Amino acid sequence: MAKITYITNDNKNHTIEVQNGLTVMEGAVQNDIPGIDADCGGGMACATCHVYVNDEWFDKITPKEDGEEDMLDMAFEPKKNSRLSCQIIVSDELDGLTVNIPSKQG
Amino acid sequence: MNKTDALIIGAGPTGLFTAHQLKLIGLDCEVVDNLDKIGGQCIELYPDKPIYDIPAVPECTGEELTNNLINQIKPFDIKFHLSNRVDEVKKEGNNWIVKTNNGTKFQTPNVIIAGGVGSFEPRKFPVKECEKFENQSVFYSIKDKKIFEGKTVSIFGGGDSALDWAVELSKNSKVNLIHRRDDFRGAQATVDKVKQLAKEGKINLLTKFQMTGIKGENKLESIDIKSDNKELKTLQTDYALGFFGLIMQLGPIANWGLNIDKKTIQVDTEKFETNQKGIYAVGDICSYPGKLKLILSGFHEGALAARACFKLARPNEKYRFEFTTSSKSIKERLGVKSD
Repeated sequence: MAKITYITNDNKNHTIEVQNGLTVMEGAVQNDIPGIDADCGGGMACATCHVYVNDEWFDKITPKEDGEEDMLDMAFEPKKNSRLSCQIIVSDELDGLTVNIPSKQG
Repeated sequence: MNKTDALIIGAGPTGLFTAHQLKLIGLDCEVVDNLDKIGGQCIELYPDKPIYDIPAVPECTGEELTNNLINQIKPFDIKFHLSNRVDEVKKEGNNWIVKTNNGTKFQTPNVIIAGGVGSFEPRKFPVKECEKFENQSVFYSIKDKKIFEGKTVSIFGGGDSALDWAVELSKNSKVNLIHRRDDFRGAQATVDKVKQLAKEGKINLLTKFQMTGIKGENKLESIDIKSDNKELKTLQTDYALGFFGLIMQLGPIANWGLNIDKKTIQVDTEKFETNQKGIYAVGDICSYPGKLKLILSGFHEGALAARACFKLARPNEKYRFEFTTSSKSIKERLGVKSD
């Protein structure tokens, strides 16, 4: 279990307890956090679950696998700290993780 | 006006198998899709990715699955209307009148929406002012490459479309190729070609840059780009082209009076009918208690929706359930010999 904070584009914080093994994307979708579309359902095929990971956390989460950077090319306003939230798997170590949701997904 | 027993919106796996089921029970159908090819998400998002959970198919790619489904409907004469987005669905008597963005019209008692997550549309530049220049000097696809001759063209993106057009247009235009990182996801041979042309000064390659602004009075004059380490550049340009792939948009479906929640359409689990009689939703776009977004669920949903169509398409006949192994009439429709 980890407390994940999603900051939506209107600067609202949504802190949610997400079960280990789920992805940060699933945590958002299951709890109706706005701004994460996840059109492809977690297949790393659409770049609509794009988030910005706070700098202090960016190096602590599992690094990008092949293909994620390719998909981020298509994301809306990608930055250095961009990730696809469907590729971040929740574990106890991520307790306190904060991600920012972009103004839109495409 | 195209008259048919059932119109399927969406040529993905669910739409294709639904077409098969309709033809098998003796109904006509036509298929509309906004993409220029058959296959939906399978072909657009993951043609090369293996799928492991299609019943009786241990492993196949999105493209293989699509080709198998196309083969399965080969015995039937099914008309596809590709590059057509359905814009309007209106009731007229016992029929639905369906219109696409290209003016194609249908009259049908049954509309089956197999639209996935909506229609695929190009992803646009994040800079809002680009809208002002869209289809004049800002493009997301190329219809006539002649307009770029002798002009300066700024191409954004790192995939095959961006690279191929950079190579092609560099023959007769001044090309800037701008990408957010040093790596490209396009084919290696094209990447090498682009790098070679950059070395020869035929392509102005700018990596780790993204667009931040666009300027021009009546026509596009320049674009601003910014690098990862905050370096700013202004490029004089006549055209800006963005190749960021496609995104799915629910689009006009939202305006058809259907019960929509979280981009999915509520249906019953007997007919997969929506709140509008004669409009069904199957596959990823439908929702009901226990819905699983799997291709196999779409097949089941399409099979049931097809049977439901029979009642409205043939009000004076009774649908009779038959097996493909034994039914003579089904074998006739398939064009195979009966024992």
